[in-house]
Amino acid sequence: MSSEWPLWEVFIRGQHGLNHRHVGSLHAPDAEMAIHNARDVYTRRNEGVSIWVVRSTDITASTPSEKGPLFDPANSKVYRHPTFFDVPDEVGHM
Amino acid sequence: MSVTPTPSGDGTVLFEFLQRMGDNALILGHRLSEWCGHAPALEEDIALANTALDLIGQTQLWLGLAGEVEGKGRTADNLAYLRDATEFRNVLLVERPNGDFGKTLMRQFLFDAWHLVILQALRSAADKRIADIAEKAAKEVAYHLDRSRDLIVRLGDGTAESHRRMQEALDELWPYTGELFIGDTGDAELAAAGIIPAPESLKGAWDDVVGETLAEATLKKPADGYMHKGGKRGVHTEHMGFILAEMQFLQRAYPCATW
Repeated sequence: MSSEWPLWEVFIRGQHGLNHRHVGSLHAPDAEMAIHNARDVYTRRNEGVSIWVVRSTDITASTPSEKGPLFDPANSKVYRHPTFFDVPDEVGHM
Repeated sequence: MSVTPTPSGDGTVLFEFLQRMGDNALILGHRLSEWCGHAPALEEDIALANTALDLIGQTQLWLGLAGEVEGKGRTADNLAYLRDATEFRNVLLVERPNGDFGKTLMRQFLFDAWHLVILQALRSAADKRIADIAEKAAKEVAYHLDRSRDLIVRLGDGTAESHRRMQEALDELWPYTGELFIGDTGDAELAAAGIIPAPESLKGAWDDVVGETLAEATLKKPADGYMHKGGKRGVHTEHMGFILAEMQFLQRAYPCATW
């Protein structure tokens, strides 16, 4: 058994009802202590109203070397942006 | 100069009580701050520093009110930095040396359990200024207790070595817990006026929390034998002078310095 505590990724929901956002990582022996540690390390300046933690090893990431095939094809598809609609005057500011 | 609590209407006993609350928070906060940069893990380091800062914040409120009640123009800073050891009113428990991390946590847990019980009672104090401070502090201390309680259970019921260290810490610190529950005539006067709970009345709730936690931590609760006391009336252990020497150095060496 490793004597190192496992790594956890920390997600905080800010004051204003936004989504949980990744804020960083920390070490903790289990989920409960990871929440405690996240509270102490990442919400000291009143940053949050909710905390998620997840074991770093439980995150599956895309492979950087596949960046081209994964993302480049989206570059040239301007028609996917909703900028081609005429907004009727009655709608007002959107 | 030492203030003896007298049953009088001049605020002396209230001043005494407020110093006790403020000095407990101040000295324990200072002790915790000694860990800054030395804790066994970065996360614990920050957590201890947070607790220390909470306590120093509470000190400002208690000693600020103490100065106001005394009515001689002394501020929280004056009281914290310019009193000598015999004028401090903290219990001996909080001036115990940090020892290893386990001992620091045990001291914290034994204190937190008492701290939360008294603050919860003070929320309905007849003096609104006291009730307001207790309301704010109780939230902070509820978290302190969550955390120290959790770590006591984990380390008590952990490895053979962590268990041994926690039991040693408990056995060493237990004789310093009795002082929290011993009242004097000033306490009785304030309790009768509905301003504070009688110190003795807090023992039951404290015993419940501590007993339950120690059982879960597989630690053996020591018997209530001889109890050290004196801090509440200004008779401190040899450690107090060293704490003040470090804490008050700046104000003593450069009087009235600000930054």
